[in-house]
Amino acid sequence: MADPIAALTNAQAARAEAATRVQAPTAAGMDVEQLSAFYGRFQALAEITLPIHPGAVTAVIGPSGCGKSTFIRCLNRLHELTPGARVTGSVRLEGVDIYQPGVDPARVRQLVGMVFQKPNPFPTLSIYDNVLAGVRLHRPRLSRAEADEIVERSLRAAALWDEVKDKLKAPGSSLSGGQQQRLCIARALAVEPLVLLMDEPTSALDPIATYRIEELIWELKQRYTIVIVTHNMQQAARIADYVAFLLAGEDRTGRLIEFDTAQRIFTNPKRKETEDYITGKIG
Amino acid sequence: MTVHEVLPIDREFTPRLALRKRLGTLFGILSALAIIIGLTTLGLLIADVVRDGWHVLSWDFLTSYPSRRPEQAGIRSALVGTFYILILVAIIAFPLGVAAAIYLEEFAPRNRLTAIIEVNISNLAAVPSIVYGLLGVGVFVRTFMLGRSLIAGALTLSLLVLPIIIIASREALRAVPPSIREAGLALGASHWQTVRHFVLPAALPGILTGTILALARAIGETAPLITIGALTYVAFTPKSLFDPFTVLPIQIFNWISRPQAAFHERAAGGIIVLLAVLLLFNGLAIFLRARLQRRIRF
Repeated sequence: MADPIAALTNAQAARAEAATRVQAPTAAGMDVEQLSAFYGRFQALAEITLPIHPGAVTAVIGPSGCGKSTFIRCLNRLHELTPGARVTGSVRLEGVDIYQPGVDPARVRQLVGMVFQKPNPFPTLSIYDNVLAGVRLHRPRLSRAEADEIVERSLRAAALWDEVKDKLKAPGSSLSGGQQQRLCIARALAVEPLVLLMDEPTSALDPIATYRIEELIWELKQRYTIVIVTHNMQQAARIADYVAFLLAGEDRTGRLIEFDTAQRIFTNPKRKETEDYITGKIG
Repeated sequence: MTVHEVLPIDREFTPRLALRKRLGTLFGILSALAIIIGLTTLGLLIADVVRDGWHVLSWDFLTSYPSRRPEQAGIRSALVGTFYILILVAIIAFPLGVAAAIYLEEFAPRNRLTAIIEVNISNLAAVPSIVYGLLGVGVFVRTFMLGRSLIAGALTLSLLVLPIIIIASREALRAVPPSIREAGLALGASHWQTVRHFVLPAALPGILTGTILALARAIGETAPLITIGALTYVAFTPKSLFDPFTVLPIQIFNWISRPQAAFHERAAGGIIVLLAVLLLFNGLAIFLRARLQRRIRF
C-alpha cells in the first residue's frame, strides 16, 4: 500500500528546500470534519467541523474546560497518547486524512509542529542542540554546515538569534521564560512543519515576553498556517484572522458555537453565547 | 489608631503565638538531639575501629595474602575479590535494572499485572540478603553448576541489588516531567527515540546515584556470599570467572571469629579499608549527581 502521506512529505521537502530561498512557499491548510474526542467514556469534543485556512492565524477561544486544548491536540494526533483517549471524524491536511489507516502519527507530528503552554526545552541539551533535536531524529547524518545553517535560520525565524548567537552552547534551560518559549518555536520550525499549533503559548509569560511572541506569530503567518489556543480575548483579537469559539454544555462536552473571521466574531457575533463570552458575561 | 483597631482580637481567634514559637524551638532541639545520637554512635564506632586497626594498615597489609600468622596476614585476595565482584555486579545489574525501569515507567501498560510487578519489586528490595544467598545456591551454584565461583557470587549479588536499581531508576525517570516527553513526541520522535534522546539523559544523574548506592550495598554484603560458599581462606587471586574468591566482609568476619587478638586487629584494619571503599563510592555518587544535575533544570 502506498504511504498515504508520502505526498505531504514531498511537499515538506519542497518547503524545506524553498525555505533556503527568499521566495516564501505557500502554506498548507487543514479541514476538520465531524471531529469528536473522548477520554474513555467521557466525550470531550462533539462533532467539530471547521476549516483551518492556509497562511492565516486561527484562534481557538472559550472558557476553561471547553476542550480547546483537546481540540488542538487532535490536529497533530497527540490526543491519542493519553491512555483511553480516542478520536472519531477526520482531520485533513492538504486533503489527506491524518487519521486514515496506515498513517504513522510520528510523521503527522513532523508535519504539524506544536508549541506548548509551558516552555519545555530539553534540559540536557544546549540551545544549539535543542533547535536541532527534531531535525536529528529524521536526519541522523547532518553535516556541520547544514546544522549551523538550520540553527541560524530557525533561531532567526523565532526572533531569538540576536539574543543567543554568542552562547549557542549554553543550556536551553538557562534562558528566560520568554526566550525559552521562542527556543521551543525555533525547535518546532527547524523541522519545517506545514502547520504550527500553539497551546496557550504565552500564558506562562510576562506581558513583554507575550508581546514579543505575538509579534513573532504575526511574522510567522507569512509562511506558516497557525492554530493558537488562547484564553485571552485581547490576544485573539490582536493576532487572529479566524476565531473558533468552543463552549462546553451541561454534559461538559465541548462544541463549536461559532466560527468566523476574527473581525465578525469580535464585532458582530451571530450567536448570543459568543457575545456573552467576549463581553465577559460568561467564562 | 491602636493595633487592636487594625487587628481586632475576638474570642474565636486565639493566636497563642508564644506557645507556637516554643513548640517550634522544642522540636528543633529534639531533631538536633536525634542527629547527635546517630552521629556520636557512628563516630565512636569508627574511632574504636581506627584505634584497633590503624597500626596494621600498610602497603604489605593491602598486598599480602591471608596467613596463619597474623603479623603476615593481608587482604590482597579479599580486596581483589571485592573489586572483581563490584565490576561484575555493575556490568550485570546496571543494564538489567535500567532496562526494567524503562519498561515499567515508559512502556508498560497501566494494568493489574504491572501493578503486581511493581509491588513485588518493592518487596524484593526488602527481602533479607540471606534469602538471595539461598537462591544463589539453588540456581547458580547447583542448577547452573557454577560452583563457588566469582560469577556465581556476582550473579547472586546482582539479584540482590537489582530491585534497588530498578526502584531508583524508576524514581529518576518519573521525576522527568511529562512535558519533556510531549516535546519529543510533538517533534515526530518515536516512543523509543523520545525515551532514548530526551527522557533518559534527563534521568541519568538519578539513575547513576541509585546504581552507585546499590553497588555500595553489594560490596558490604557477607551473608549471601557465605551461603553460596565463598571461601574464607583464599591465598590467590581469581584468574577467571569460575575461580573461587573471597571479599572484604568475609575476610573481616573470618578474622573476627579467630581467638587471637592479633587477628582482631587485622579485622579492624580490614574494616577501615572497607569503610574507605564505601566512602569513596558514596562520594563518587554525590559528585556525579552534583555535576550532572547542575545542567539539568526543568
